[in-house]
This record gives sequence, C-alpha cells and structure tokens, in this order.
Amino acid sequence: MKKRMKTLLSLAMAAALVVPMAACGSGTTASSKSASASGSSASSASTSASSSATEETTAASSSSATEAASSAEDASGEGTVLNIQCWNDEFANRLAAHYPGFEAADPKDATKGGKIGDVTVKFTVTPSDDNAYQNNLDTVLPENADASADKKVDIFLVEADYALKYIDADANVAMKLSDLGITDDDLSKQYQYTKDVVTDANGDIRGSSWQACSAGLIFNRDIAKKVLGTDDLDAVQDAVSSWDKFNETAKKVKDAGYQMCSAMDTYRVYSNNVSGPWVQDGKVVVDDNIKAWAEDSKALVDAGEENSYELWSDDWSKGFFKDTPVFCYFGPAWLINFSMHSDEDGSVGKDGGWGFVTGPQGFYWGGTWICAANGTDNPTLVKDIILNMTTNDDVMKEIAVDDSDCVNNKTVLDALASDEKFGNPILGGQNPYAMLSAGAEKVDMSNISIYDQGCNEEFQTAMKNYFDGNASYDDALAQFKSAIQEKYPDVSVD
Amino acid sequence: MEKRKKSRIKRHNRYGYIFLIPFMAVFVIFQMIPLLSTIYNSFFENYRSGLKQIGPNFIGLANYAKLFTSGDLPKYFANTMIMWVLGFVPQIVVSLALAAWFTDPSLHLKAQRFFKTVIYLPNLIMASAFAMLFFTLFADSGPVNSILMSLHLLSKPYKFMSHVGSVRGMVAFMNFLMWFGNTTILLMAGMLGIDSSLFEAAEVDGANARQIFFRITMPILKPIFVYVMITSLIGGLQMFDVPQILTNGSGDPMRSSMTLIMYLNKHLYSKNYGMAGALSVILLIITGLLSMVVFKTTADKKD
Repeated sequence: MKKRMKTLLSLAMAAALVVPMAACGSGTTASSKSASASGSSASSASTSASSSATEETTAASSSSATEAASSAEDASGEGTVLNIQCWNDEFANRLAAHYPGFEAADPKDATKGGKIGDVTVKFTVTPSDDNAYQNNLDTVLPENADASADKKVDIFLVEADYALKYIDADANVAMKLSDLGITDDDLSKQYQYTKDVVTDANGDIRGSSWQACSAGLIFNRDIAKKVLGTDDLDAVQDAVSSWDKFNETAKKVKDAGYQMCSAMDTYRVYSNNVSGPWVQDGKVVVDDNIKAWAEDSKALVDAGEENSYELWSDDWSKGFFKDTPVFCYFGPAWLINFSMHSDEDGSVGKDGGWGFVTGPQGFYWGGTWICAANGTDNPTLVKDIILNMTTNDDVMKEIAVDDSDCVNNKTVLDALASDEKFGNPILGGQNPYAMLSAGAEKVDMSNISIYDQGCNEEFQTAMKNYFDGNASYDDALAQFKSAIQEKYPDVSVD
Repeated sequence: MEKRKKSRIKRHNRYGYIFLIPFMAVFVIFQMIPLLSTIYNSFFENYRSGLKQIGPNFIGLANYAKLFTSGDLPKYFANTMIMWVLGFVPQIVVSLALAAWFTDPSLHLKAQRFFKTVIYLPNLIMASAFAMLFFTLFADSGPVNSILMSLHLLSKPYKFMSHVGSVRGMVAFMNFLMWFGNTTILLMAGMLGIDSSLFEAAEVDGANARQIFFRITMPILKPIFVYVMITSLIGGLQMFDVPQILTNGSGDPMRSSMTLIMYLNKHLYSKNYGMAGALSVILLIITGLLSMVVFKTTADKKD
C-alpha cells in the first residue's frame, strides 16, 4: 500500500513538474499538429484559401477606392491603423486641430485618436519621466518590422534630450526622410538646429519638427512693476541681462518679499551653454558650467532668493497662479501656451500677466520631433503628416496663431514678427516672435548626447540635496554618479 | 479486519495528493521557475544600453561583487529596517491593545463591528494613492503647512520632503496606518480562539487584567504572534510603493529613504537583469535569515 502511495505521489510530482514544461512547449507542438492537419486536408484548405483570397482582393479594392476618393495620393495596400507613440497630448492636439481630414473620436481628448480617411489613428501615451517613454520605445521599435500590421508603430515622437539615440544610423529605427520622399527643399524653411538634432552621422535627416524651441525668461509683470518699477521689456531685460545682474535683481526681489524662481529653472540655461557633452569616451564629465549652476544656485537658495522645487511639482507650478511670490520662469514658447494653466481662472496668464525676455543667456528647451518608424505600413500617410505638420506654411501659421507655438518656419515667423497686429494674449499682447526667431538661429546643438535626459534629471535630483542642506557638493555628486551607474551600466563614472 | 480498515483510510489519503496538484502546478510555474531563473540570471551580464542589448554574457559572481563593493547595499538595508521598525513597533503595540480590548467580554464595548471596519479601512486604499495623498498634504505649500502657519506654530513652511526624519517618519506612519487594522484582526482571531474558561479560572484565582494578558493571552497567542512578526518582516523588507511614490523614486533626501526594492527597481529600469537578479538573490537570503532569527528567538524552548 505504502509503495503504491509513494509511486502515486512521485507520479503527481513528476506531472506537476512536467505539465508546465509541456505547456511551455505547447506552442510548437500545437503548430506542428495544425501543420500536419492542414497537410492531410490540403484540398479543403486550398479551396478555403482561394475563397478568402478573393475576399481579400475585393476588400482591398473597395478600401483603395474609398481612399483614392478621400485623398489624392495613392495609398492602396497600406495599413489601416496608424500607431503613434508619444508622451503627452501635445502632438495629438496639434494633429486634431490642424491636419486636414482628421476626425477626432473624442473632441475633448485628442489622445483617444480618430480617423484620417479610412485609417484609424491610435495614440500610445507613455509619460517621459524617469526614461519611461524611452524604455517603451526601446522595447517596441527594434521589433517593429516583425509586429503585426495593426500593431506596427508608424510614427514616434522624440525630444532633443535623446533624439540622437533613435536617429542613429546603425540603430536604424527611424526612417530617413529621403526614403519617404521628403527632400531638403521641403525642409528649407526650418531652423538649422532643428535639422542638426535629427541628422545622423552620415548626414541623413531622420525626423522633422514643427517647433523651434529657443527659450527665454518669462516674468510676472505685476511683480516686475513692484520690484523694478516697470514692466517694460527692455528695462526688465536690462535687469537680468547677465548672471551678475540677475543675482542683483534676485536680491531686490527677495527684499520685496518675493522669490526669483526655482534653481531647477535656471538649470537648462547653464546646461545648454556647456563646452562638451555629458558623456565623453564612455565617461561622465560634469562640465564647468554645470558645476557653476550648482554653486550659483546654492548661494541663491541659501540667501532665500531662489527655491529648490523640482520642475513640474505642485509647489513649482503654484507660481503660475496669482498671489504667489514667484518672479519668473525660464522656458520656451510651449511652456507659456501649454503648461502655465493660462486657460484657468486665477492664473497669471489668463489676464496676460506674463512678459517674455531673452534673459542672461540664450538657451533652448524641449521641442518635439516627428520620426517615421522603420517598418511602418503607412509610409504615404506618414509622409503627408510630416509634410503638412512641419513644412506647410499655412498649417505653420495656424499653429503659431492658434496655439502661440513658436513654429519651425523662418518665413512664417518673420512675417509674424513684423506683424504689428499680432500679439500673444498670455504675454499681455507682446509679440515674442522676433526674439524667438533670433534665438532659434543661435541655438547650438553640438554638445548633445544620448544620455542627456538621464544625466539632466539625475543631476538636478542629486543637487536638490545640496541646495536643501542635506549634503555637501561632493556627496551629492557621488549620489549623481551612482544613479548614472544604475541607469546606464555601460557608462563609467570615475 | 483491523488491517483492512486502516488501509482503506490510507487509500483515501492518496486523494489528498491529487488535491495538491493544482497548488504544486501553480507553485512550480509562478514561483519555482521564476526563482530558479532569477538565480540563473544573476550570473550574467545582461542589460540594455540605448537600443543595443549587451549580453547575456556569463560573468560568474561579478554582479555580487559589484553590489557588495559599491557599499550601497548596507545603507539601503538599514533604511528599510529603520522604516520598518519605526512603523512596526507602534503597529504591534496598538494592535495588541485594541485586540485585547475588543476580545475582552467584561468591557462590553459597543459598536465593535463599526470600529473593526474603520480600523481596517486604510488597508483598502491603494498604497500609491495613500502616498500621493501624503505627498500633497505635506508639500511645502500644502494644507499641513498652511494650517501650522495659520496657527502660528511655524513662521515659514517646514520642508517635510527635505528632512530625513520627516520622510522616514511619514513612510513609517503610513505603513502603520495601513497595517495596524489587519494585524488587529489577526491577533483578535488568535485571542478569540483561547478557551474562555482559562480566563474565568484566572479571574477566580484572583489574577488581575495585566497578569491575565501576560501570563495567559500572550503565551497562547505566541504562534499567531510569530506569524504576524514574520509576515510583517517580509512585508517590511519588500517595502516599495509608499516610499517610491512619496519621494518620486529618488529616495531623497540623500537616498535615506531608499529601500532595497527601490534599489532593485532602479536596476530594472535599465533592464539590467543581471544586477537585479543578484540583488533579488541577496534579498532572498536576507529574508530567510531574518525569518529564521525571529522564529528561533520567539519559539518555545523545549523544556
């Protein structure tokens, strides 16, 4: 009896061990079975195949007919789903508002997608914090060619912080624009830096942007009147035209009971004016200008003239509303129209309470580039979207006027800059385009690397400890280095 | 006759093993295989650099060596234990007191069910939602600071998120709030299982409430108590969601609230399966050792 039980038990255990393995292998056995089955009943299979083939051809011809009717271009045989990878609703809103023929599924939320002709547009939104968006791209893009037709990524968006990684000629995940049929002539009105960001080592352009993100100092006009006695743009610019003058003004602002800005705001002004990229020969290099940011900011924070709130935190964005003590922010046009809650009551922007000046040093921030994913099954539509959304003068002008975005088109910007009637209501009627256009011409992108987002984020996180008095500069730097080791195991830090 | 009877019982016993099969199958697929593959993975260099996959290359114990030489491991272990102890001590004290009161028939507590529900409620809130709530409440310009300032207890906002004590304290307090109800109910179940004639006998013999608690309730409750200790310890070592959300994954100030699992998560972010595997194995060993210590020190010494 005992023996039988033992055998039974061992059988059960063996089964428990083997069953999952069989389950793992079931994919292959099942397919081989079905293959043999189809072989034995070849005649019936072939008849069904031929019938489905005829169905397919009729379906294809009908869809191509409707497509031909809806758009002049011949896109027959292309995918029925246009997948777009993005990290927020900015591009979705632009596409819904400005792309001809886009029907939104939900007029209130453009990220729900919609239809262009017969093609369904789907957005996949992954937040960009902590490299989450990049990690998502890293997973889906290399396998894009093998993905099923409806899952294939057709368009993905990138930021300057990591654009280099995806436009790399060896990685080859973004299509050359020339392969899509977009010529240099099409891009001739774009600012040079926006093309440099997405140009690979062989000189091929692999993306296109509708924005030129030169940035400046955005100040609160009310506080400027109280502290400086005026909100005149030239006078304010004069008060912040160098870091020394900026610090003097910060002192005045503090004495009047206000705060200048967050130390994190000025970070990009310093980091865009560095002498070399973050990673050189596989090693992290903290540039002198980045170190200067830490030292200057520490002094300002200790003096109570700046705070150390992280970008996008609640405490940081409180300054977008009235009755807060924040004098200024640093940012490009999209920050003003997209992030400052200017459509809400009680915000400074609602009543046109901001002014926009160049600030101590020129810099850029952000910007969104459209890339065509290699392996896309909608090349014709993707080409049309890139052309319309980034090179079409009419669309560009619409975006600039409707969304007060600083568009990537010299002709349109110059026309707007000299247009006396045109003013941005959030900026109290100021026309910022001359200043933005001049800034965009000067942006220098030679020091970007694929590690920028991780390095920029981690450096600010680590230095917050230094500003808050929880660590010395060296300790904070050590923390930055260990964070970089975790994020980028192949980068050396010593 | 006797013999046949026994064997029939034994024959029925074997069905027990058949009933075990579902558990064994689930255990093997979802626990055993992942566990073994984690250990296997820990010997490889295997991560992503941008769009390039590095490895897997066999590198022996290099991942372990790296973890131990970097010197961060003891720090994060200490953080985890400090935050766990800070939360667990008040949790067990409050739970024991509440359980004793709720189960004491002589107190005639009214609305017991209501209070039992209320103390369990915090556990139903998602830890991340709870952490977000605290993050907002204790922001520099959040409601807690404005209340304290309008009461003139503070002249300027206290930066809760920039001080080691306040961040660790908040994490511990949140864990305490979330888990004391659960612990109370476990301990109550244990206390209700004690034969009430023991309490009556003790009362007749003239024992006071304190003596009854320490001489009768606690010794009999020991198995449940040890169970609560060990599950809480394991839960504490795996502390992740509350500090992760509260500090936005940074574990600041100066990573003083970074737990072992948060550290593990950092490695998983670069898909560094080798390092993450090694760290998991170390965590497994630590958990096993600590559970053994708790078990040994609280278990009855055989007379």
